[in-house]
Amino acid sequence: MKILVAVKRVIDYNVQIRVKEDGSGVVTDNVKMSTNPPDDNAIEEAVKIKEAGKASEVVAVSVGEEKAQETVRKALAVGADRGILVKADGVIEPLAVSKILQKVVEKEKPDLVFMGKQAIDDDCNQTGQMLAALLNWPQATFASKIEVKDKSLEVTREIDEGLETIEVNVPAIVTCDLRLNEPRYASLPNIMKAKKKPIEQITASDLGVDTKPRVEQIKVEEPPKRKAGIKVASVEELVQKLKNEAKVI
Amino acid sequence: MSVLIITEHNNKEYKPFTLNAISAASQINEEVHALVLGSNSDSVAKSISEIPNVKKVIHVNNPIYENYLAENYTSAIIKLAEGYSHIICSANTFGKNLMPRIAALLDVSQVSDITKVVSKDTYVRPIYAGNAFATVKSTDKIKCVTIRPTSFDPAPTSGGSAEIQNGNPGDTSNLSKFIKKEEIKSDRPELGTARVVISGGRGMQSGENFKLITAVADKLNAAIGASRAAVDAGYITNDHQVGQTGKVVVPDLYIAVGISGAIQHLAGMKESKVIVAINKDGEAPIFSIADYGLEADLFDALPKFLEELNKLNTIQK
Repeated sequence: MKILVAVKRVIDYNVQIRVKEDGSGVVTDNVKMSTNPPDDNAIEEAVKIKEAGKASEVVAVSVGEEKAQETVRKALAVGADRGILVKADGVIEPLAVSKILQKVVEKEKPDLVFMGKQAIDDDCNQTGQMLAALLNWPQATFASKIEVKDKSLEVTREIDEGLETIEVNVPAIVTCDLRLNEPRYASLPNIMKAKKKPIEQITASDLGVDTKPRVEQIKVEEPPKRKAGIKVASVEELVQKLKNEAKVI
Repeated sequence: MSVLIITEHNNKEYKPFTLNAISAASQINEEVHALVLGSNSDSVAKSISEIPNVKKVIHVNNPIYENYLAENYTSAIIKLAEGYSHIICSANTFGKNLMPRIAALLDVSQVSDITKVVSKDTYVRPIYAGNAFATVKSTDKIKCVTIRPTSFDPAPTSGGSAEIQNGNPGDTSNLSKFIKKEEIKSDRPELGTARVVISGGRGMQSGENFKLITAVADKLNAAIGASRAAVDAGYITNDHQVGQTGKVVVPDLYIAVGISGAIQHLAGMKESKVIVAINKDGEAPIFSIADYGLEADLFDALPKFLEELNKLNTIQK
């Protein structure tokens, strides 16, 4: 079994983002970038399945600017066998990413495609489901447990009401939730080894995918600031304030 | 052209957030049609038809819709889509799972999780966990939009009498199969719609200690929330998680106990009307957004808080 894992380069989750003064977006220059957190879970799961002898190859793919190569390299350092970078500049909407991934899947013929359930920059939560639709494959979104069976997967999904278990035929798309596993750190020897692993570079236009955005971004603004609150000295004061000042209890 | 709402339901009744999606849809276009895909789901179609904002109900009653699988739902929706300008549902795990599958097959770039309708094609949506808001305009012919339920008031539930039309089922997919659902039943208000929410974080130290939270929640008729750290540590189940990848809540009162206030968590609760933080670390980031901060050990403060609440003559429910 071959697993393709899609990873995205995003602003690191610990960075407090800043909106550009002209409202055209958020500041990304000189800002720490990392792998989108649930994509780390996706890589980890694929590598674990391979380590369990149930997969033969793990291929990491990213779509984005040249520097997204670092994100692919990081996936290689935690156990992916080789990488693919599809170069595309500017805003690439999930629909375009899924069309690019569709082409990669047609070429690579994986049995499974894993990725994070959502990217923490645009918070769209679309790409996996869109790719599943374009390929006419089943989708298991928000996965917190994956059991590999003969020709199917049994996947536990985190949903609003609790947990749901579904079975999907292979080939399938799985989008990973944060509790699926504990992503490992790359060891220094593995980081060195990853430098020798191959990363194939192609462009979105090589694949014949039109990446022109369909959703026009008019402006980006900061959220309204909350007015500063107060510290209360005691529980008694807190209850009194909630009752008589805020009038919420 | 009309707007099509995808109803979320359990074959007996519709889920409350359907009402928020309907009111968002009405802001786009008053001609709102609701699609009910279900099995033995007449009662859902009937109650949806009583919502005054809904002008027509399309009911597809077929055993393949007994359980909700995106693969089955999508085909039926695609068959109807051409007649509509917009397809809308809630940005909860139901809509997040379903809508992109529809959008991709229609070759539409979806707009996720909108918090405001500016015009028929222009919407406001949070990005970066709500640390920025983007105003975006869709240029696709059909617009696939998911709405953040807590940003729209629920539509009224009675007084309407829309026509109920029977619709055709889509193709049956054998790609996936429902196995089971472990739904956590509770008598408490739902987290997404509760007037008061009290949440615990890593500071709770154990699942057992959540009983301190439960006691206060009982008193205030509050829903119980949790930070990702508390869920990851196994103190409480995932359906309680508030945050960027959990639930977004906007109660009148949000009480954060033993929660430091990671960006991820703030994304899910910072629009609450009044925020209280109880934390022994005076430097915790949660205090920067709290209206009332109490720097104290939660194991002293929570029992005392309950005691003080018990002294009050009346408590709002």
